[in-house]
Amino acid sequence: MTRGGPTGAAGATGAAGAARAEGVQSALSIAGTVRRGERTAVSVVEAALAAIAARDPGLHAFLHVAADEARAAAEALDEAVRAGNAPGPLAGVPVALKDNLCTRGMPTTCASRILEGWRPPYDATVVTRLRDAGAIVVGKTNLDEFAMGSSTENSCVGPTRHPMDPSRVPGGSSGGSAAAVGAGLVPLGLGSDTGGSVRQPAALCGVVGMKPTYGVVSRYGLVAFASSLDQIGPIARSVADAALLLEVIAGNDPLDSTSLDRPAPQVSRSLDAGVDGLRVGVCDELVDDTAPDVSRCVREAAEDLAKAGAFVEEVSVPEIRFGLSAYYLIAPAEASSNLARYDGVRYGLRVDAADVAAMNTATRTAGFGPEVKRRIMLGTYALSAGYYDAYYGKAQRARTLLIQAFDRAYRRFDVLLGATAPTTAFKIGERVADPLAMYMSDVCTIPSNLSGHPAMTVPFGSGDDGLPVGVQVLAPALEEERMFQVAAALERAAAARAGAALEHPPAARAGTGEDARR
Amino acid sequence: MSATDTHRAETPVAGGDWETVVGLEVHSELKTQTKLFCCCKNAFGDEPNTNVCPVCLGLPGSLPVLNSFAVELAMRIGTALHCEVRPSIFHRKNYFYPDMPKDYQISQYDEPINVGGWLELPDASTVRIVRAHLEEDTGKTTHQGDTGRIHAADYALVDYNRAGVPLVEIVSEPDIRSAAQARLYVTELRAVLVATGVSDGRMEEGSLRVDANVSVRRAGATAYGTRCEIKNLNSLRSLGRAIDYEVARQVALVEATGVVLQETRHWDESAGRTVPLRSKEEAFDYRYFPEPDLVPLEPDAEWQARAAGAVGLLPSDRRERLTALLGGAPTPQQSEQVHVVVGQGLDDLVAAAVTQGAPADLAVVRAANELAADLDAALALDPGAFAHLVEMEAQGALTATQSKAVLAELLAAGGGDPAAVAVEKGFEALSEASLATVVREVVDANPEEWSRFVAGEDKLAGFFTGQVMRATGGKADGKAIAAELRRLRP
Repeated sequence: MTRGGPTGAAGATGAAGAARAEGVQSALSIAGTVRRGERTAVSVVEAALAAIAARDPGLHAFLHVAADEARAAAEALDEAVRAGNAPGPLAGVPVALKDNLCTRGMPTTCASRILEGWRPPYDATVVTRLRDAGAIVVGKTNLDEFAMGSSTENSCVGPTRHPMDPSRVPGGSSGGSAAAVGAGLVPLGLGSDTGGSVRQPAALCGVVGMKPTYGVVSRYGLVAFASSLDQIGPIARSVADAALLLEVIAGNDPLDSTSLDRPAPQVSRSLDAGVDGLRVGVCDELVDDTAPDVSRCVREAAEDLAKAGAFVEEVSVPEIRFGLSAYYLIAPAEASSNLARYDGVRYGLRVDAADVAAMNTATRTAGFGPEVKRRIMLGTYALSAGYYDAYYGKAQRARTLLIQAFDRAYRRFDVLLGATAPTTAFKIGERVADPLAMYMSDVCTIPSNLSGHPAMTVPFGSGDDGLPVGVQVLAPALEEERMFQVAAALERAAAARAGAALEHPPAARAGTGEDARR
Repeated sequence: MSATDTHRAETPVAGGDWETVVGLEVHSELKTQTKLFCCCKNAFGDEPNTNVCPVCLGLPGSLPVLNSFAVELAMRIGTALHCEVRPSIFHRKNYFYPDMPKDYQISQYDEPINVGGWLELPDASTVRIVRAHLEEDTGKTTHQGDTGRIHAADYALVDYNRAGVPLVEIVSEPDIRSAAQARLYVTELRAVLVATGVSDGRMEEGSLRVDANVSVRRAGATAYGTRCEIKNLNSLRSLGRAIDYEVARQVALVEATGVVLQETRHWDESAGRTVPLRSKEEAFDYRYFPEPDLVPLEPDAEWQARAAGAVGLLPSDRRERLTALLGGAPTPQQSEQVHVVVGQGLDDLVAAAVTQGAPADLAVVRAANELAADLDAALALDPGAFAHLVEMEAQGALTATQSKAVLAELLAAGGGDPAAVAVEKGFEALSEASLATVVREVVDANPEEWSRFVAGEDKLAGFFTGQVMRATGGKADGKAIAAELRRLRP
């Protein structure tokens, strides 16, 4: 695979917290100052564009920077504020969109050669809602091609780099959005989460990432990877900002038949409610197979919740172990069908050949990268006559068992706790040659996609290598409010630990963490 | 379709030894305003690629939303065909084809909306229905080049206006035993679709398409022979010819080699034969799986009842009603006219006209001929205007020729006052008194012919009629002239 993008330092030092980019204003704060006329949206956008211009060459988070459109939108918003019109909850907030979200007239490539040159004639529903809320789209971010991957290395234009260590991946597939937010280029980003593609890169980049209950956010305009698993989710620098973004993008959409007929969950109101009396299950299967530094962070998070009054207990949900296998049948099967339309007939790349079938083949051969081809072949095989029951059918039955197992666990617990990713950010190239090792990156996040339940990651401490660790909160269907309540408590606990650590630095930990990582 | 086809042909084409076995798959476009999964117009004949949007073009990120009226029409079909209307789901049928925007078709597979059922034919035979399910249509490809053939084409143009148009596929059991019965089945099914408001039934525009599964077996055998699926049957005539050809081909094959290969074959209308399209081994593996972008379809009892209530009279009921209006036993010609009127969905218009005073027999004649010939206009015609016209003709105020001319005007205008149109065209029939005067003048001017007529030379009636017509500029009614002549004849 070709690696475009520069290799210069992304300005990271390796210390957890450096990527916190102190002084970066929160989305809540920006929207407040813009709404009150204390700061113009234009100045906010100019600052974001300047930060992108200065730092993205080393990061390669953006595939397209929509500078002119962003400036025009900011000017229009400032005009509206001056005219006394209510500019919306995200007034003037720069947002980065994963490049599998359709943006009218703006390139939408899915980091694939096959969509080169395509500009959608319409905005995704989430994009419309962002614009209506006053947010300013500043650009489109890098991803693994068609969201297939866990490192953003499967991009046709080369990888995005970790904001704290340019030799490492930002995770994926929403690595561009996670890195842009992690580096403080923008306060908010949107990603899509099919098997963990919001949460895993958010965890690796030290930011908050959330996957809603399936059907809470409209998928209209999200280029499909695996339709029964895909959800769009917010990436932010704080739980409160993620809550704000979720409230804007969620809620019923008549253009998506799988959209739930209910209003957006009101998650901001419970952020200060604390966890006193909440029942938290620390899920063995989401801790056991993770690196020791990661599992240590999960245990510390559980201790802090217990100290804050939660009832904390370990729980085993053995069916979680079916997750990875079931996912790698269902997701490729749906993908093989969803990606059939890239045939060179109507849009994007066309490689001419003698007849239509040969043109289809030549176009798809040239247009898709190796991981996408691998999954199309896997999925085609899994759906083939004679194999359907053994593969796709069986995977769906495993999925049903997993849902039932979660439902049983949620009779005893309000939320479950686990790791988001098995390790901190790994080196670029480290897992490229071994697809199974790469697939294991999503082992903790996949179960929530299969069950359709909400889950989110909150930065909590750092690994032996000093890189961020994310702790994952899982909740029953439509219990986003409870989930954010716990996430906010974890965020406070993490900050308290960081503050304490500054006052009383722990003894230097041995090693870089490489040895501990499996 | 002629009335003589309305009995079951029991004799297979290939000889008494062999039995023809046919099952039909009929695709009917549904008469909805919009497509099955988006708000684009469902229309035939518009400029290519004008009724398209991100959804029916299958653009990345677009999602289908089910048209509830299409579901209602599908339930009407199910009710009319005595099917069980059930909760259902959609599947994806995956295969590459340039006129299919997503390279999969959203269709129903093992859990269709309508299951089981039957259609009774006018000859009292019954064909069982396996299923009638919802699916989306594809676009249309035109191959451009010297010959118009796919393999010689320089390039192809694709029109996606039809992509996403709602279809119901109605699959019969292999209960059909002759080409004639197959034609009768399609004719009756078409009438059901038209009468229930589900389809306009236009085979020539492709809104009704038929594939035939044909096999043969020894008379008396219980096991079915190997079948071939015949495609490209664009008319009832093609259907009948293709089945006859295919049966003869298969019988010859079995008699010569003992086997028929299961394959899909293409009917070549100009050559009058079927040619192989693809063998069983080359058949597509459609890799069906449940469509994750749609939710299960579970019409509640109230919705089902509403759809069933909209079915109204079936063609058999309608034929009965129209026949009753005619009074007494219909002539074969009238039976045929009744079939046409009901088949074209014109019987409500006729019944309304009769209620408003039109004589049924003449109304049926005009409907079966003039109205059926201009169906679009006829379906929009004001029944009152039609009733008035038929009445005028029946009373002799208009001749048959004049009546047809006035009717053409009414059809063009969607209605109007036939009397006013007649005046405008100078079609006022002569009053009885003035007709009598003209007839008297003609008789007086031709004394020799009159005495021969009085002496019994009846054929001279034509001579006098012609003379009167000439004198009146064609305004006189032939029947009225004859009556006047009879009156004057001592």
